[in-house]
Amino acid sequence: MANSLLEMDDLRISFFTPAGEVKAVNGMSCALNQGEVLGIVGESGSGKSVSVTALMKLLVRPGKVVGGGIKFDGRDILAMSSKEMRGVRGKDISMIFQDPMTSLNPVFTIGNQLIETIRTHTGMPKKEAADRGVKMLAQVGINNPEKRMKQFPHELSGGMRQRVMIAMALSCSPKLLIADEPTTSLDVTIQAQILDLIKKMRDETGAAVILITHDLGIVSEICDRIMIMYAGRIVESGSVDDIYYSTAHPYTKGLLGCLPGSSKGVRAPLKAIEGNPVDLLDMPKGCGFASRCGECMKICLRENPPSFPIGEGHVSACWKHVPVNASEVRP
Amino acid sequence: MSENGKVLLETKDLKQHFKVIGENAFKKVKLKAVDGVSFSIRKGETFGLVGESGCGKSTIGKTLLRLHEPTSGSIIFDGTDITHANMKPFRKRMQIVFQDPYSSLNPRMTVGDIVGEPLDINRAYSSKNERREIIIDRLNLVGLNTEHMNRYPHEFSGGQRQRVSIARALALNPEFIVCDEPISALDVSIQAQVINKLIELQHELDLTYLFIAHDLAVVRHISNRVGVMYLGRLVELADAEELFKNPRHPYTQALLSVAPIPDPKLNREKGRILLEGEVPSPVNPPSGCCFRTRCKHATEECAQTRPEMEEAASRHFVSCLREKSIPEYVSA
Repeated sequence: MANSLLEMDDLRISFFTPAGEVKAVNGMSCALNQGEVLGIVGESGSGKSVSVTALMKLLVRPGKVVGGGIKFDGRDILAMSSKEMRGVRGKDISMIFQDPMTSLNPVFTIGNQLIETIRTHTGMPKKEAADRGVKMLAQVGINNPEKRMKQFPHELSGGMRQRVMIAMALSCSPKLLIADEPTTSLDVTIQAQILDLIKKMRDETGAAVILITHDLGIVSEICDRIMIMYAGRIVESGSVDDIYYSTAHPYTKGLLGCLPGSSKGVRAPLKAIEGNPVDLLDMPKGCGFASRCGECMKICLRENPPSFPIGEGHVSACWKHVPVNASEVRP
Repeated sequence: MSENGKVLLETKDLKQHFKVIGENAFKKVKLKAVDGVSFSIRKGETFGLVGESGCGKSTIGKTLLRLHEPTSGSIIFDGTDITHANMKPFRKRMQIVFQDPYSSLNPRMTVGDIVGEPLDINRAYSSKNERREIIIDRLNLVGLNTEHMNRYPHEFSGGQRQRVSIARALALNPEFIVCDEPISALDVSIQAQVINKLIELQHELDLTYLFIAHDLAVVRHISNRVGVMYLGRLVELADAEELFKNPRHPYTQALLSVAPIPDPKLNREKGRILLEGEVPSPVNPPSGCCFRTRCKHATEECAQTRPEMEEAASRHFVSCLREKSIPEYVSA
């Protein structure tokens, strides 16, 4: 994958807390191509948000990248100075956060914040930037954009604010858009509108999108590829159809199994994954999922499984999937 | 399930209006959180209530327990009108589990005391030993054990805390429990554990639930009967399977069509009804049918007449003037 837009190689992130080292991300590798929508799915604490925070170099103490590398568009992100990074953030990589209530500055108008972003990165004169801002707002489906430019965040509803965030994120035509749980705090009818908007933007601008969520329904709707994370590791990744129809990893199977669905019979017990997620302070030696896994073997407790290929672009980190020809195993 | 069961709880034209500060800071305006809702819940049944945020579903849950004083209408529990009655004897029989297991447990009390508090208040034991036994029994019921008794809430994960909440609700052997979004704050794998536990307990203890949630798949899974709310009013009410297979109200249809399902093929195939705009403010709801501003089937008439609940099919009630002319929904 020589010309992929983003490459993460064995990324490791730890938080050095008074209680000890919390290994939030333990060796995450992935590649993302232009125009692709990648879904990162995992439960809280699985490291999905932390990994993209590192990608934006927004990780704050006590968090630290302790290993691995991130390459974006051929450049090494981790080696960039904070000044260089400021030129990347908002211009090449934009991010939409979960909570639109707190990610806008309450004391500035929408227009003020939108114009600031545009001017910082393009150096446009104010008037032109304002026109661009109005155009962006109209593009994300906000009616009466001229009036909205003069309003403050508290005058808008949650869905509207998330639209403003998207408009701001897209105002400098980024190559990569990161959406961290963009619809979690919104209602389903508004969620559908926002997802549609992200899809439309991808088609129009060709930007790559990383969508972080815990909702397997959402990713199945808009993603091309999915990565499932558990305890700071990618346990399975593949195309949407791979993940849903030829599910390989026991954790993914567990996740899909515990969703209530029409085919599963009303009020029949759901196949819950027993137990609780692992303590990241005290990671077990072997596979992170071993203690909750119904198919756990001896080797799972001893050694952490590497990623084994299952099909075209479909990998699973589970000892069950060791290829018959052992020499194919990636070290 | 219990089609001919006895009605345990009934509301008639229940209204809950709040006075809030409106645009003019010196004048209070009326917010109609619940505006004329009637339904009944049979014994042993789970009644699901769905709707978007601000539609009044949680308010109904709280009003039923008289945590809010209803503005008008009546609540009948087990044959007694409790709209204005002294609630003390009924509190034992009606309990609630809240959404957020982090803020609904007192951080300074041990789990044993949290579960024991309802027992203390109602003097439901004759000796310290008996109190302890009851607490242990309730903790075991929800899958916690004796050693958890002396721990504090912060030592537990979200799913375990929610179990403590359930154990507390079960302390006095209630008949009716309001589950106010009991799983929305939990991770997917933990959600399934709690749902299973709730269903299991219902069978074991013959409980009746009012299950409030915004996750349609969960409500479909757990409920016998489901009511859909919009802007403080019930718009559709039917048996769970009937409602999800054959929704008749345009709002229910839209809601079902946009709920993401974890199945990429179905998602690609299903036709989505994308609603324009947002929910109007309950301070100033639209005249006539409250949904008309976002409904593509709306006509002049919808702005003038407020639709009443009508039985469109057996046990299937819809509140829509144009119900007959609304195309059938093909569900996934």
